[in-house]
Amino acid sequence: MTVLLLSALTGIFFPGIIIRVKSILSGRKGQGIMQPWKNIWILLRKKSVISTTVSFISMIAPLIYLSTTICAILLLPFPGISSPFGFDGDFVFFAYLIALGKFLFILNALDTGSSFEGMGANREALYSLLVEPAFFILFGTIALLTGHTSMHEIFSNLQIGGPSVNIIIIIAVYLLVQIAMIENSRMPVDDPKTHLELTMIHEVMILDHSGFDLAMIHIGTTFKFAMYGILIANCIIPVNTGFVWQIVQFFGIQFGFAVMIGVLESFRARKKLAKNPQFIVTLSSIALIAFVLALLITFKMIP
Amino acid sequence: MGQYLILAPVLLSFVILIVPQRIRNPYVFFLTLFICILTSVPAIRMIFAPGTEKYILDGPFGQIDLVIDGLSGFFVLVTNFTMLTGVLFSRGYLQIYQGKKNQAQFALHYFSFTWLHLSMLGVLMLRDGLSFLISWELMAVSSFMLILFEAEKRVTLKTAVNYLIQMHVGLVILVTAFLFCEASTGKFSFDALHTYFSGNNNVGLFLLFFAGFAIKAGFIPFHTWLPEAHPAAPTHVSAVMSGVMIKMGIYGIVRVITYLQTDLFLIGWIILVFSAISGLLGVMMAIVQHDMKKVLAYHSIENIGIIGMGIGLGTMGLGLHNPLLTLLGFTGGLLHVLNHSLFKSLLFYSTGTVYKIFHTRNIEELGGVIHKLPGTALLYLTGAIAICGIPPLNGFISEFLIYFGLIKGLSLGSAYQVITVLLAIISLVLIGGLAIFCFTKVFGMIFLGVPRKKHNVNGSVNNLGMLVPQFLIAIIILLIGMFPMLFLKPLMTFVTEQFHLSPVTEIVSISGIFLKTSILSAIMILLVIVLYSIRSLLMNKRSVAYGPTWGCGYTGGSSRQQYTGTSFANNFAELAHPVLKLKDEYDRIGEEELFPSGRSFSRHPKDVFRSGLNRLLDFNMIILKKLARLQTGNIQHYILYAFIFILIIFMLLYLKVL
Repeated sequence: MTVLLLSALTGIFFPGIIIRVKSILSGRKGQGIMQPWKNIWILLRKKSVISTTVSFISMIAPLIYLSTTICAILLLPFPGISSPFGFDGDFVFFAYLIALGKFLFILNALDTGSSFEGMGANREALYSLLVEPAFFILFGTIALLTGHTSMHEIFSNLQIGGPSVNIIIIIAVYLLVQIAMIENSRMPVDDPKTHLELTMIHEVMILDHSGFDLAMIHIGTTFKFAMYGILIANCIIPVNTGFVWQIVQFFGIQFGFAVMIGVLESFRARKKLAKNPQFIVTLSSIALIAFVLALLITFKMIP
Repeated sequence: MGQYLILAPVLLSFVILIVPQRIRNPYVFFLTLFICILTSVPAIRMIFAPGTEKYILDGPFGQIDLVIDGLSGFFVLVTNFTMLTGVLFSRGYLQIYQGKKNQAQFALHYFSFTWLHLSMLGVLMLRDGLSFLISWELMAVSSFMLILFEAEKRVTLKTAVNYLIQMHVGLVILVTAFLFCEASTGKFSFDALHTYFSGNNNVGLFLLFFAGFAIKAGFIPFHTWLPEAHPAAPTHVSAVMSGVMIKMGIYGIVRVITYLQTDLFLIGWIILVFSAISGLLGVMMAIVQHDMKKVLAYHSIENIGIIGMGIGLGTMGLGLHNPLLTLLGFTGGLLHVLNHSLFKSLLFYSTGTVYKIFHTRNIEELGGVIHKLPGTALLYLTGAIAICGIPPLNGFISEFLIYFGLIKGLSLGSAYQVITVLLAIISLVLIGGLAIFCFTKVFGMIFLGVPRKKHNVNGSVNNLGMLVPQFLIAIIILLIGMFPMLFLKPLMTFVTEQFHLSPVTEIVSISGIFLKTSILSAIMILLVIVLYSIRSLLMNKRSVAYGPTWGCGYTGGSSRQQYTGTSFANNFAELAHPVLKLKDEYDRIGEEELFPSGRSFSRHPKDVFRSGLNRLLDFNMIILKKLARLQTGNIQHYILYAFIFILIIFMLLYLKVL
């Protein structure tokens, strides 16, 4: 519950901070921090325009997308506090819950019969397929390192590993940031600001949504960012520093994460679409390096 | 009394050939029901109270033992359920052929169907080598007859013959394996394997058995019959073949594993490697298919891979004396046998419904079917989510058990073992991701969007007889997904008994895990319902406008501009092209062609292994053709051959070689 509350709090400011950072860096006056939520509020009150092609899939898909994200967040621990739903091997369930949301989200795009949305759906399916191994190798690595299998125990034991484990933590944080960027369709892979349907990924999949449904998707995306933020925080925040101090650190990390995304998106060019798969597969190889390191640290390589 | 009860189904099956057409299907249904009840009762008893039950048949050919233990009992239940839904579904589905086929052909079809059921039950219950192999052969022949139903199509005929030949290659391998056992122990039966394995090298004979059973199960590279035979057969037959018949191979492998004594880790490792390859290649080849049933056929290979990964993991656990790995591996693998039989038959049935209405299996010609068949679409979606291993449905439960076993296996001893386990995890993850890719494509292309081609739809759209078995399966899929312990507890008890594991306390922790996943899934479903109510409340208050799909302001596009299956799979196919063989057919635009005319593009996936097999066969043909020169037609030559033969025999005898 703590985690859900915290992620809701983060979610409120997160997209605003990114946009604010981007506007400051590009020298614009820009929107206020609360503007994304004002937009969602407007969407909630607007009437919807629905395509005549769509079926019940489009009706339920945004709702499932949001609910699976919320349920996935419920699984996450906060440093030192286990989730009431956490169990051995919970990260598998976590990944598959997100997959359920994604599955329906892809179908939702195909439901409109538009070839633009077909492109988006196709790219989303391919990229999430390619990014999945990186996530699992990463968790396999830290599970091997700590000898535990539930997220709470893995992260609690990761902190007490000593200096040799720190390098794994650095790699883990790097990977989680990159995975978060890809899963949320941010800069190196997708550009949320692009105006051409042909080059969009996430944006093109929601072209035919409006009103309530679009608001649900936006809220879901915000929560998804917060979700990865919590995972990153779990890697970094020490377990035994007191709850208040942890909360401060948590918000510090979330703020830093948002600012970093803003900075990255301001200065980084987007990759060519055809190069994206290569880039994503690189993450898996970095995760494999972490795995080999973990084997070395646990003295499994030396007989 | 008991003897006659067992023989009754055999005798009653011949009545199918003479019952009048009107009551044929009900008759077959009640006969199947009778067989199911007859075999399910002891099967259920054996699963809940492990042990063995024996029925002895005294006949003119001597004594035949029918044995049911936990393992065969489990497979008997899976078989019975799928056969029952198959018969229910067939009534509506076979209407397509009404008028095209005569009554004798229908009767023969149902007769073979019942015999497929009987022979599968025989395979599961017979322990004596000879009667087992006879039953195995009957299974091949009856399924051959079933595939042959549309024999007027040349492709079907060719496929069926190919199937029959490959099954016999498998049979020869199995006979050889049993003969090895007989040569060493003097007995031609499964029970003698125990003696054989305690005295001889285990790996060699196991591999022989594995090859024989793998042809039936469809492990890559033994799978080449499978993607051809499934689409050729009528849908309910494909469902039964894919749902349960190929599982007989799995049954055989597990049965042999129960007798193994040494080298278990190596054997488990071999199974794991074969399975991971089957799983990955199966799903990769599934993505590029256009035929709805071929997609499902390749997914059978994928799921056999997942089942095999569970069994391989369990065997590795046996070798390492790690009861937790054994329990998780075998339970996961066997539960996946049940799960796959459920969602695969559901997918085949809903595919069959689409085929019945639209008369095409090509997904590139379909689209927007959801508006015509909303119920079927929902059922297909259920099957698709289940087969991808996504919660809250049953596929997740079995895949999670295997994942859980693999993750626990990460804390195994050496680096070599850990790396093996990690590679297995990666393959399972990739299989999951690829399955999602494949089923979003297939579901999207068949059911969503607008029709890509005009179809003259005829026939009743809602056939209750076809929908009822599908809903039945869907309910069980959801039941396993939400209350897995209901099914897992008996399965775990019997795995514990079968492999003589010390009573494992982990059952408690596993039930705790699944309690939490169930609660979380329930929360998710509840959230969706709440959000949906809010949505409908808001939508009711305001007027909702309807308009065309956004096309950059252009609304004159045709349905042919939609994404197709080929275009959806294109970027994946480019990434995976070293493994997949694709043939593009299109005509280039000539240089002097100022105003290009209409063009077409088509892409045909090819099975690399199939082409390899073909090359092998072609090579054989060349040699055989050369040998055919011996056949001169001259009687003098033939006498000469006989003379040379006798001479060689004498020579060999003289040299004391013979």
